[in-house]
Amino acid sequence: MIPVTSVRSLSEAYALLKDRPPGLRVLAGGTDFMVAVNARLGLDRIGHVLDIWRLQELRGISLRDGTLRIGALTTYAELMRSPEVLTHLPALAAVSREVGAWAIQNRGTLGGNVCNASPAGDTLPHLLAAEARFVVGGPRGERAVAAAQFFVGYRKTALGADELLQRIDIPIMPGARLVYRKVGTRKAQSVSRTIVAVRATREGGMLRDVRIGAGCVAPVPLRCRRAEAAVEEGGDVRAALEQDIRPVDDVRATAVYRSRVTGNVLLRLLESL
Amino acid sequence: MKLVVNGAERSFDVPPLKRLLDVLREDLGLTGTKEGCGEGECGACSVLVDGELLNSCLVPVCQVDGATVLTVEGVASQGELTPLQKCFLECGGAQCGICTPGMIVAAHRFLSTGKPATDENVRDAIAGNLCRCTGYAKIVEAIQLAATQAPAAAAAEGARR
Repeated sequence: MIPVTSVRSLSEAYALLKDRPPGLRVLAGGTDFMVAVNARLGLDRIGHVLDIWRLQELRGISLRDGTLRIGALTTYAELMRSPEVLTHLPALAAVSREVGAWAIQNRGTLGGNVCNASPAGDTLPHLLAAEARFVVGGPRGERAVAAAQFFVGYRKTALGADELLQRIDIPIMPGARLVYRKVGTRKAQSVSRTIVAVRATREGGMLRDVRIGAGCVAPVPLRCRRAEAAVEEGGDVRAALEQDIRPVDDVRATAVYRSRVTGNVLLRLLESL
Repeated sequence: MKLVVNGAERSFDVPPLKRLLDVLREDLGLTGTKEGCGEGECGACSVLVDGELLNSCLVPVCQVDGATVLTVEGVASQGELTPLQKCFLECGGAQCGICTPGMIVAAHRFLSTGKPATDENVRDAIAGNLCRCTGYAKIVEAIQLAATQAPAAAAAEGARR
């Protein structure tokens, strides 16, 4: 039987993290974790479960000094209803509505989406495009990691073995808009085939401060820096994007499809800004 | 561990990662809640925990210790079907029946929000509940019919969504 420690405070969590028990897994809303448990996938690699679901310190959304601060345990349903999110980053509320359906939205968390680090994580292109910072902490202290530096390999993150994601900080840029499009097989309960988010400010006919995040087109959720430069410098955006991305064939789509559709979606999003 | 299930307090001793679904079915004998996919895709295992719709196959019981749970067995009161359940019967909203407990619980939650029962709202509310028999039309019809009959019950729980 896998030992589980359910904590109610950060200090309790840190006490466990300090010892770095082998095979430690952090359990939040469980919408990914329990799928693996039910399928008996990788159970032998789990030595200890740290259940943080009732850790109130990691909940809540606030706006402070022009930054939206979102606790790691904030659920999709909470993002969908949050006045702060609806006012300052409505695209994050909108994409939360496209994650699973009600039962998943009630349980899945933003922090879980970040730490699970799936290339198909639906909120991750938003967080990349919005230049979010992930505040992580542990017995050794706190630090902030830029979203673009957080995803270091396929489902691998910059999180240390004794660290927990505490909150997601999103700077609100006045005048900027963030738009996105998720392409799945149907409206609900669908894993994305590709997903693109773009943030920019429009100055006359030009787009400035362009940031592009994309999912399902590389082993990690990806900042598309060549495409960003092409937009700002008036280059060939589609060709630049193709240099950024490394899509693969899988059960949901072919690489060729992903490449073509991601380019189409990006160009349409840019037109809409 | 303890749960208040369908109004009654129940206690049990199980491993912390045991699924709420299995506790309901195996330890508490409530087999109305079904397992379909075991991945949170199909909604056959839908229950309400502290009033919110969840997939009980994705919830380790250690996370809901002390919570209030409503399963399909607890929807009817004192042996009397709710208007929603009667509408499912009347409209032919059930065929093979595997999805029905989850559909009833999800629809019950939808009605409790008091949201208007437009096609879009109803389909959004049951988007996480798959049915391979009916094509959904009769299920949607049943929920919409129930919404016209039970506005009072709907308002009772209040709108959180």
